[in-house]
Amino acid sequence: MPWRLLKFGLQSEHNEPRFFPESKPLKSHYDVVIIGGGGHGMACAYYLAKEHGITNVAVLEQGYIGGGNTGRNTTIVRSNYLTPEGVKFYDTSVKLFEDLADDFDLNIFYSTRGHFTLAHTDSALRTMRWRAEVNKHQGIDSEVVGREEIAKEVPYMDLDCNGHAPVMGALYHAPGSVARHDAVAWGYARGAYNRGVEIHQKTRVTAIRTQGDKVVGVDTDRGQISCNKVISMVAGSTPRITEMLGIRTPIEIFPLQACVSEPVKPFMDTIVVSGSLHVYVSQSSRGELVMGASVDPSVLHSTRSSFDFVEGLADQMLDLFPFMSRMKIMRQWAGMSDITPDFAPIMGKTPIDGFYLDAGWGTWGFKATPVSGKTMAWTVANDKTHELIEPFRLSRFADFDLVGEKGAASVGH
Amino acid sequence: MKLLDCPGIGKRPISEFDYVGAVRIPPSDADEATWADYVFNRDNAPGVMRERWYHRPTGRWFILERNTLTDEVVGLVDPADVRYKEPNYEVPA
Repeated sequence: MPWRLLKFGLQSEHNEPRFFPESKPLKSHYDVVIIGGGGHGMACAYYLAKEHGITNVAVLEQGYIGGGNTGRNTTIVRSNYLTPEGVKFYDTSVKLFEDLADDFDLNIFYSTRGHFTLAHTDSALRTMRWRAEVNKHQGIDSEVVGREEIAKEVPYMDLDCNGHAPVMGALYHAPGSVARHDAVAWGYARGAYNRGVEIHQKTRVTAIRTQGDKVVGVDTDRGQISCNKVISMVAGSTPRITEMLGIRTPIEIFPLQACVSEPVKPFMDTIVVSGSLHVYVSQSSRGELVMGASVDPSVLHSTRSSFDFVEGLADQMLDLFPFMSRMKIMRQWAGMSDITPDFAPIMGKTPIDGFYLDAGWGTWGFKATPVSGKTMAWTVANDKTHELIEPFRLSRFADFDLVGEKGAASVGH
Repeated sequence: MKLLDCPGIGKRPISEFDYVGAVRIPPSDADEATWADYVFNRDNAPGVMRERWYHRPTGRWFILERNTLTDEVVGLVDPADVRYKEPNYEVPA
């Protein structure tokens, strides 16, 4: 690679090949249509082609690849969830992430940092112990640590939070990582494209056609397509898709905002989360602090960011890192989180034959990108729900069989 | 600071309000499927929604019509309009 880089640098023109060429006209028929060209959609297309030999696939994206929640998250990958179902599922994802760069031949900047979830109260600490035990039982590296260990690993943090919310301990999860989210989507997209999948950006689905209870095609703003199977992998736009088919879901859309600071010298190589203060922070490889908070309080289908958010976040963040008062915020943005009542996704088959749902990704979608793509591809190829996602079926709400996942980001305990 | 333009009391900081959620009417004498639908499922597509907001400083409740695509408050609803008959919660023998 360094040799290639040197040659590239000495060239007068820099024609790096495009990851995926300009899209061609739509074909009249595809075996599978995937709505949504984010990480999940691309991963699903990739595994459909690679593991199941299904290549007559179109990925339709209304904007550009990875421009939705894939490019708006805070890139944290971890598996220290609360329920056995969640732990097994996200652990499979972490293991897939670790090999992705090799699979893609692309640097996804996967960096294992260690992940601290701070507890400021007795009840939070109790939840941490519970999570640690569930994690250990499932073979996940997770333990409760005291103030001394936190102080050693995260210097510069005020463990007393200026006296009003002292840190009592933390859940430490060594495999907690960050990755470059765009590269994950691009890597999957290139892998899928090289295996024959068509990627159509700036193509919006306007209707899904059915005959009886069976999918027969989709209408787009670039023409009609016939297809046997449609997978909706659109996260925050899910209600607009399910409305087309009259499928009712418990999803509610709340904006989730995040921001980055100006770049500074590396001082923090861990990921720090506080459920009580509703903040999470890590330092990117460029030196920026990537910071997020909890979701906005009211339903909104918009990606507009607000000053209210930065004000609130800064207030909490300065409790942990007082020296940050002189740092500037460089960018802020919002994504639309599709929140479910049990903080677990909705995946698999639906009452409409040939329509599959991959939704309810709330604040936990990026870390599930590989496993979601893999299990959804299996589900679609076999028309049978993969065992890992069986607990996340849509019908669990009609059966009163919820998951109860409270290990999701910035959920209060 | 973000402001909420409440037709009841004018522009106030949104941090003064608690968002309670959509105004929903429970079914009466329904079967399990209808109850499950009421308890979990939501009318979640973007559009104008009727929602309860609680203004903490004055202790007042408002039912606002708000566009969930543009975040604009478009109207104030009279609580009498969303009044419903108390459902029959008795468990059949």
